[in-house]
Amino acid sequence: MINLKINGNNRQFDGDPDMPLLWALRDELDLKGTKFGCGIGVCGACTVHLNGEPARSCVTKVSDAAKAAITTIEGLSADGSHPVQQAWTEIDVPQCGYCQAGQIMSACALLKKKPTPTDAEIDSAMGGNLCRCGTYPRIRAAIHQAAQLTQLNK
Amino acid sequence: MKTNNLNRRSFLSLTALAGGGLMLGLQPKLRAQNPFADAPLAPMDFVSIGADGKITIAARNPDLGQGILNALPMLVAEELDVDWKDVKVVRSGVGRKFGVQLTGGSTATPLNWEPMRRVGAGARALLITAAAQTWGVPGEECTTASARVHHQSSQRSLGYGELAAKAVALPVPDLRSLKLKDPKDYKIIGKSTIGVENKAIVTGKPIFGIDVTRPGMLYAVFHKTPVMGGKVVSANLDEVKAMKGVRHVFIIEGKPMPNAYPNYLFQDPGLETGIAVVADSWWAAQLARRKLVVKWDAGNWGTQDSAANAKTAEDLSKQPPARTLRKEGDVDTVFQSAGVKVVEAPYSFPFIAHATMEPQNCTAHYKDGKVEIWSSTQFPQPGRQLVARLLGVDEEDVTVNMVRGGGGFGRRAYNDSMCEAAWISKVAGAPVKLVWTREDDMQHDYYRCGGFQYFKAALDKNGKLAAWRDHFVAYGEGEAFAHDGGFSPAEFPTGFVSNLLVQSSVMPLGLKTGALRAPYSNSTAWVIQSFLDELAHAAGKDPIQFRLELLESATPRQPTAANGRPAAGLDPARMRGVIQLVAEKSGWGKRQLPKGTAMGIAFHHSHSGYFAEVAEVAVAENKKVKVNKVWVVGDVGSHIINPSGAENQVQGAVVDGLSELIQEITLREGRVVQSNYGNHPILRIAQAPPIEVHFLKSDNRPTGLGEPALPPILPAVCNAIFMATGERIRTLPMTKQGFSFA
Repeated sequence: MINLKINGNNRQFDGDPDMPLLWALRDELDLKGTKFGCGIGVCGACTVHLNGEPARSCVTKVSDAAKAAITTIEGLSADGSHPVQQAWTEIDVPQCGYCQAGQIMSACALLKKKPTPTDAEIDSAMGGNLCRCGTYPRIRAAIHQAAQLTQLNK
Repeated sequence: MKTNNLNRRSFLSLTALAGGGLMLGLQPKLRAQNPFADAPLAPMDFVSIGADGKITIAARNPDLGQGILNALPMLVAEELDVDWKDVKVVRSGVGRKFGVQLTGGSTATPLNWEPMRRVGAGARALLITAAAQTWGVPGEECTTASARVHHQSSQRSLGYGELAAKAVALPVPDLRSLKLKDPKDYKIIGKSTIGVENKAIVTGKPIFGIDVTRPGMLYAVFHKTPVMGGKVVSANLDEVKAMKGVRHVFIIEGKPMPNAYPNYLFQDPGLETGIAVVADSWWAAQLARRKLVVKWDAGNWGTQDSAANAKTAEDLSKQPPARTLRKEGDVDTVFQSAGVKVVEAPYSFPFIAHATMEPQNCTAHYKDGKVEIWSSTQFPQPGRQLVARLLGVDEEDVTVNMVRGGGGFGRRAYNDSMCEAAWISKVAGAPVKLVWTREDDMQHDYYRCGGFQYFKAALDKNGKLAAWRDHFVAYGEGEAFAHDGGFSPAEFPTGFVSNLLVQSSVMPLGLKTGALRAPYSNSTAWVIQSFLDELAHAAGKDPIQFRLELLESATPRQPTAANGRPAAGLDPARMRGVIQLVAEKSGWGKRQLPKGTAMGIAFHHSHSGYFAEVAEVAVAENKKVKVNKVWVVGDVGSHIINPSGAENQVQGAVVDGLSELIQEITLREGRVVQSNYGNHPILRIAQAPPIEVHFLKSDNRPTGLGEPALPPILPAVCNAIFMATGERIRTLPMTKQGFSFA
């Protein structure tokens, strides 16, 4: 039995400790917001936070994740009130929306380090998150808006 | 749906139909069986109003990111006369009463613009009648606003919720008889609305196909033949079956395709051979699959090779073409005449994969001769029919639930994962969620078909296009082209040059091909607009000036489709309009650009839309290309239903098209070489330029936007690279000539 600290709650996991965190979250713990894209850590759809740092859950073993505090998209806010979620909604970023949970998790991690990032800093921090629909221009706009919202909320 | 035995000509029409562009060219006989032909609609199948006044509007088409869930209900809400903020949007069911239910060919707008407004108007008419009867006044004296019916002279009003029960009991009026709103009174159409599922997306709600769960559900992976048409000779099934969590391991013998190059959209695509592994969790199934040791019989295509195909194409290009698709005037006389400048160029483009972010998946439950499906398909109705045929059950016994899709781009028009999931569920005797790996997805696609174009053209002494010859070397056999791998002889510049010869030769292919966003146009625009650019430079003319002059030289004989009927040819005035505006917006020829930086232009007409695009690129010494900015001007008719969604679609199309400049699927020993985003890349954020989007409103019916913005970006960028470097990209991906994105 492995104890996982997910979104502030303790969850018990009774499966294969080598299972990627992605599949444990999705199929064992019913947290389906984290998405399967490539399985090899190159698309970013499965991005979660481990101790606040972005990590690709498709290549992270459950046993390794057990050492950290895990945050998933569901942990930001259930009602979409987190400034990054809010900005994403208002700027109308999503097309299909499948990659956006991963994008948002990477954006949150960026904004924690750089509260008002430049376009270049955004491009660098978001480089591991693919969007097949091509919403990149709006992702940039939404990160700037989230930065503003965060400043206002302070 | 019946399998049509199509001859080549109707095949071409139907292929183009899947892309939407040549819909008007359909023969009447085909139109009768046309999956795009709508049914009479009943307003209450789309609109429901609770006694509490809650308004729910159903969208009948699947949404995979094109904004269907906004656009279609917005049309209904406009004529229903309710406030958008009060509308709850749901997905409709799948069935004949909902009419055309598919997402493809940029058809959602043209096929719903009028029907959905009439549905809204029909529901409104019922509510007005209910109010008029309640008050004992003539319906004509009643007006509506914000979900209330008003009777001005008696100062009475009733909310839609108070009238709903009475309204649904009334006879439905003939929707065609209803008067629709004057567009100047629109309150919803033309105003940006944000995606109705945005909040669910940003909070990680389980809304996608891959998120579906059912009680007692098992998980499956399907290990398919790596070569099309291959068979399993032997496999260690028992060993794999003994692994932890594994419930079933079995061979699916599959079903061969009924003919060599079917239109997989509407004809039986067969079922590939492979081994299904069903387990308690997807991970357990995948781990077990990795232990499979399979001996395959590769069948007929085990030696197929991309380099050999390219060599065959080159050989064919030197031989007389097999077929003449179109002949106007006499190109050879022009080529041999004195004073003309002859330009020749070979172009080639590769197969590419769809690579939707959400890998193919489907959940199916077969029980007692009935099947229930949960799928993010683009084509729910054809999928339903395929499953019924495959499992030998009645169509009425197949229920398809539409679920949000993580990208379609044409891939989910093909229902292979739906058929596989249904089959596996039947054998496993349980509800099953089949999820493909990324590698499965990339190696078992219906690929954008590759092809080879050999051009020769002549310019007269005034630099005017005098002759155009195109030898298209394609995949196919006899008179059949591979699905969506053909070429329309009515394509521009047909109709704009007096001497024209379009010919083709074919070579065999053992790979499934299909519609990729702006099918056919995504390669056609690139070759034609690139070669036109070569001609502009050879003529010593500004590339925009050359194109505008060409568009002014329509020949007396208008283009006709292969079947002899008038083709939906391009309207030169509309095209000139978007070209002139994009020149103005981009500052074409007016800005001083540093060395290594230049602009390129291209236009294309597809899916009834008119698009011209300018790209500004900076190319470094090491051939790293930075796209500084892109300007897009589109004319898709009189109204943009949802401007926010429309801009997003266009910007996405540009990013998508840029990715296609660096993508390639190749074959070795009959197998697809590429496997994941590492070797079939998608543009990353740092490579995505700012994209300025303008719509030129014209007095035409609104048409679709999912596709027509994509084709021009590829040649616009390549034409800019030529301006910056003097090097012409004639082979895609551009990496073959050493270019890559910075």
